[in-house]
Amino acid sequence: MNRTRRLVVDPIRCDAHGICAELLPELIQLDDWGYPMVSEQPVPHHLEAHARRAVAACPTLALLATEVEVARTAGGRAR
Amino acid sequence: MTAPDASQLPRLLATVARPDLASHLSRWGGPPRRGPELLDELGRSRLGGRGGAGFPTARKWAALAAGGRPVVVVNATEGEPASNKDKTLLVHAPHLVLDGASLAARALGASEVIVCVDRRASAALRACGLAISERAGRGLDAVPFRLEAAPPGYVTGEESALVNWINGNPALPSFGRRPYERGVDGRPTLVQNAETLAHVALIGRFGSSWFGALGTDAHPGTALVTVTGDVRHPSVYEVAMGTPLVDVLAPAGADQPVQGVLVGGYAGTWLGPAAATSARLDPAWLGSAGASLGCGSLVVVGPHTCGLKAVAMIAAWMAGQSAGQCGPCARGLPTVADGLGRLLSAGAPNKWNAQIDRWLWMIDGRGACKHPDGAVRMIRSGIQVFAREIESHRHGGDCRRPPPSLALPRYSEVMV
Repeated sequence: MNRTRRLVVDPIRCDAHGICAELLPELIQLDDWGYPMVSEQPVPHHLEAHARRAVAACPTLALLATEVEVARTAGGRAR
Repeated sequence: MTAPDASQLPRLLATVARPDLASHLSRWGGPPRRGPELLDELGRSRLGGRGGAGFPTARKWAALAAGGRPVVVVNATEGEPASNKDKTLLVHAPHLVLDGASLAARALGASEVIVCVDRRASAALRACGLAISERAGRGLDAVPFRLEAAPPGYVTGEESALVNWINGNPALPSFGRRPYERGVDGRPTLVQNAETLAHVALIGRFGSSWFGALGTDAHPGTALVTVTGDVRHPSVYEVAMGTPLVDVLAPAGADQPVQGVLVGGYAGTWLGPAAATSARLDPAWLGSAGASLGCGSLVVVGPHTCGLKAVAMIAAWMAGQSAGQCGPCARGLPTVADGLGRLLSAGAPNKWNAQIDRWLWMIDGRGACKHPDGAVRMIRSGIQVFAREIESHRHGGDCRRPPPSLALPRYSEVMV
C-alpha cells in the first residue's frame, strides 16, 4: 500500500479557463469545449510539483488533489 | 390478517380505483409495527430500488442508520417523460407508498417524512394529499408527513437536486454531496423512490419469502413498467421480475415488427429487434445486454415510425434538460444533438459517426450527476440499433416517417 494523490475536477466549479492543461499536459487534456479531462491515474512522483502548481493556479478552485491509497500504479484512461 | 396469495398479480396495483384508506386496510391489513429489524428482512428480500439506479434498498438504509436523526424523502417526482408508474401508483395505492415511508421512518428513527410529487401531476398530488389527511385523522403514523409539489425538470428527481430544493435552493445537483450523510437541514436523509417504498410496505407485512414468490432468485418481486410508443394501449403494468419483454409488448398491442425498444427511460438503452425478442425484464438479463431496467419505462418503435428521429429528438430534449452546471453536459449534449440532427438529412459525411462517437466519449462520466451519462447511453445504443436507418437517411434523405408517439398512459390505463 502506498499513499498517493489523484486529481479530480469539480465539474460545477470548473469554468474552462484551461490553465491546468497548460501546466500539466501530461495528465490533463482539454475536450472540444475547453473543459479539462483529467487522468484517473495517480499522479506520478516526478509530476507532483507540477500537479500542485496546476491545483494552485485554478481560478475557480475546481481542480482538487485527493489522497488515495493504491496497491500499485493502476492504468486508467485520460479523463 | 393472513397474507394474500403470493403468486397473485397484481400486488401494488391490487386496489386500482379504490385508493381510500378503508379499502387499503381491508385489502392489506393495518400497517405493520416493525423497528430496526426490518433492515434484516429487507436485506433478505433483496429489494432493489425502482427509481432508476436499482441500488439495494437495505444497503441504502444501512448507510443511513449510523448518522443523526434522519429525514425520509419519498421521491415521486418522476420527471421521466416516458414513465407514469409512480404517479399511477400514487393515484391508485397512495397508502402503500405512505406505509413504506412510515416503516422507513420507524426503522431509521426518522423524525419526518417529506413526499415530493411533480407539481404538474395534479391527480397524484390530490390523491396523496387526501391519503395523508386520512392517515393523520386515524393517527396511523408516528411521524408527521408533509406533501411538497416539486418543480418540473428531469434532474429534479436526482437525490442531491431534490434535497437542495427542499432546503430552499434551486433543484440542481451537487458535486460529491451525499444526502445520506448530509441532506435535508444537514441531516442524514433517505431519498427513496415511491414504488420502492410500496414494496417495502408489503415486505414489512408479509416478509421476504412472500415477496420472493414472484420474480427471479437474484431479483425477486414485481416491478411497475410503463409501456408507450407505437403501441395501441399505452399502459402501466405490474410484472414479475424476469418476465419476457414480449409478454408485455403483446398485450400492449405493439406494432409489429418492432424496430427497437428503449428500455429504462430517456437515459436508458435501445434494444434492437433480436434483443427485444429474447429480452427478460430483470436487471440481470438486461445488464448482460448492456442495458438496465431503470425506471421500468419501455418506448416501442414500430415499423411505421423513425427510430433515428426518436434518438435525435430525445437527445435534443435531454440536452435542454441539462442543469447547465457542468461544461461537458451543458456544452457537449447540444453539440451531439445538433450532430444527430445532421444525420437525419441527406449527405451527412461518413466521418460524422466517428465525430459523434468522439463527443460521446468526451461527455461520458463528466458531470456532477449522471444526467450526461444517461444521455450518452441512450444515444450510443440508438446509433447502433438504428445504424441502417442512419445509412438510408444519408443516401435517401428524410424518410418522411414521424417519430413514435410518446403519449403516456392515462391513470385509468392500468393493465393487471
